[in-house]
Amino acid sequence: MAVLVFVETHEGKLRKSAREVASYAAKVAEQQGTEAVAIAGGSASHEELATLGQHGVTKVLHAHDARLDNFDSKAFTKVVAAAVEKTGANTIILSHSFSGKALTARLSARLKAGAVTGVLDLPAADGSVKKSVFSGKGFAHYAFKTDKKIISLNANSYPVAKGSGSAAVEDLGISLTDADFPVKVIKVESEGAGIPLPEAELVVSAGRGLKGPENWGMIEDLAKTLGAATACSRAVSDVHWRPHHEHVGQTGLTVSPNLYIAVAISGAIQHLAGVSSSKVIVVINNDPEAPFFKAADYGIVGDAFQVVPKLNEAFKKYFASHN
Amino acid sequence: MKILVCVSKVPDTTTKITFTDNNTKFNEDKVQWIVNPTDEWYALVKGLELKEKLGGNVTVINVGNAENEAIIRKALAIGADDAVRIDAPETDAYLVAAQIAEYAKSESFDIVLLGKETINYNGYMVGGVIAELLDMPYVALVTSLDVNGSTATLKREIEGAEETVEVSLPLVVSAQKGIAEARIPNMRGIMAARTKPLKVVPASNAEALTEVKMYEAPAPKQAVKLVSPDNVEQLVELLHNEAKVI
Ligand SMILES: Cc1cc2nc3c(=O)[nH]c(=O)nc-3n(C[C@H](O)[C@H](O)[C@H](O)COP(=O)(O)OP(=O)(O)OC[C@H]3O[C@@H](n4cnc5c(N)ncnc54)[C@H](O)[C@@H]3O)c2cc1C
Ligand SMILES: Nc1ncnc2c1ncn2[C@@H]1O[C@H](COP(=O)(O)O)[C@@H](O)[C@H]1O
Repeated sequence: MAVLVFVETHEGKLRKSAREVASYAAKVAEQQGTEAVAIAGGSASHEELATLGQHGVTKVLHAHDARLDNFDSKAFTKVVAAAVEKTGANTIILSHSFSGKALTARLSARLKAGAVTGVLDLPAADGSVKKSVFSGKGFAHYAFKTDKKIISLNANSYPVAKGSGSAAVEDLGISLTDADFPVKVIKVESEGAGIPLPEAELVVSAGRGLKGPENWGMIEDLAKTLGAATACSRAVSDVHWRPHHEHVGQTGLTVSPNLYIAVAISGAIQHLAGVSSSKVIVVINNDPEAPFFKAADYGIVGDAFQVVPKLNEAFKKYFASHN
Repeated sequence: MKILVCVSKVPDTTTKITFTDNNTKFNEDKVQWIVNPTDEWYALVKGLELKEKLGGNVTVINVGNAENEAIIRKALAIGADDAVRIDAPETDAYLVAAQIAEYAKSESFDIVLLGKETINYNGYMVGGVIAELLDMPYVALVTSLDVNGSTATLKREIEGAEETVEVSLPLVVSAQKGIAEARIPNMRGIMAARTKPLKVVPASNAEALTEVKMYEAPAPKQAVKLVSPDNVEQLVELLHNEAKVI
């Protein structure tokens, strides 16, 4: 019985999360002595979908329907449920992305299958999975009480495996009607060309200590050097110095990048709730008593206005000599 | 408009989290309980705004034991008209959602509003399960909601963009920041809340599909390694050679 993995596409391309969940699913399939099959919807090309073979997926089922280029949890539940039936899969893997969150929940009800969301690692030998709970202040190991199991994988939690395979692409053979698409997308406003914060491996974030929105140039410069996304504290987005989609923390976005650089952020517990699962945290703050230093791996006690431009130069030099 | 708002009870955001019984239970000793922030600030207040604009009724619903009534009264104090508590243990998200769906089935609500996630189990689950069980459209992580006749216009976040979508009522919405501004209950609201109807409904038949086997406290953080502001090159070096993140 195959492991089924739902992969997301965007404008005809596989999202970064798709390659993460595909790699993860291939490993889970290997653990179970079976193969990983992917399910995709929308108008991505067969060539693009076949690249999932690089991550260990053997076959891709494709619901080729342009209406699936937009996300509707109802339509996608029907698509993934059909793929579950076709493959007989008992393990279904999705990404804990914005769309993945909505789909995981619906699918759990459709299949009456236990779902654990935001999973951080491969299933243990007894099949249990680990996730972050209490907003980063603890972990829980969940067991499934159903034969069918749904896992949504947290972003940046599993490395993308890169091989040379090519997956066979096969039509799912489903016909959808307009009634399957109750949600009509009428406008899309892009947040800009940068790396979307939820997917970013490197994040540069700044807080109220920067005094005003006019001082974010150095933050953007540093992010650009690193190829990082930018983020901010709630104190900053509340006064509209930065857009809301950059707000991380308990009431904002939860991120888990490899590197989170926090500039002039005090490190309130509600802020930490959104960033504590970052692999490495660097804090730059002129107050040696700032609580954030307790949650940091590396720190610089100093004035952000001096440290950040210097750090940017140092990274530039590093990249110049390493590329 | 018949509006249902789902509210959950969670430990205050500053609670120190510890576990007992060989790490199989969350230690509730001395915990201050609050209404889950996104439920209170965003889902509930949006429900009230819709009612103020379009008329109707806002019911809050909670699945849990009698101790949860303090947070239910808080929601009534902020302005909900009446409340329902389903007397069932909050064993897992599916069970909670199935209880709510069973109740909502016979009530024909126009909109079911939830928070995006609870801050204790961080599930992002309950809304989607309700929507599927009631066969209703579901829009998650909504930052703006407007209703015109039988059509709702919403904004939702996706990776790298914000989408505007249209859906016919009835529907299920999970709310996040942006959709409404938090309200603080006033004295009149608190007084009124005491006498507003709070109906206790027996649990229906639903099973949990998952269970927590064990909790784990995060490993204690190593002390921070400080780098001199005059030697930022050292930080770059550490990130490369030691942390290996660049
Ligand atoms: C229920 C609830 C939910 C919340 N949710 C969130 C959330 O999701 N996300 C969030 O971020 N917050 C959240 N908060 C707010 C949180 O408690 C803090 O108030 C907020 O994070 C503070 O933002 P800040 O660190 O940018 O600002 P401040 O606390 O004002 O800190 C500014 C920091 O900058 C430093 N600084 C000043 N000047 C310089 C300089 N020149 N160089 C270097 N450093 C300097 C200061 O030493 C200080 O540490 C929430 C609060 C509550 C009650
Ligand atoms: N016990 C409960 N009773 C009522 N509503 C709940 C309960 N638990 C969760 N919810 C609602 O479901 C949302 C998502 O919860 P979760 O799926 O657990 O992250 C919350 O923000 C609440 O609106």
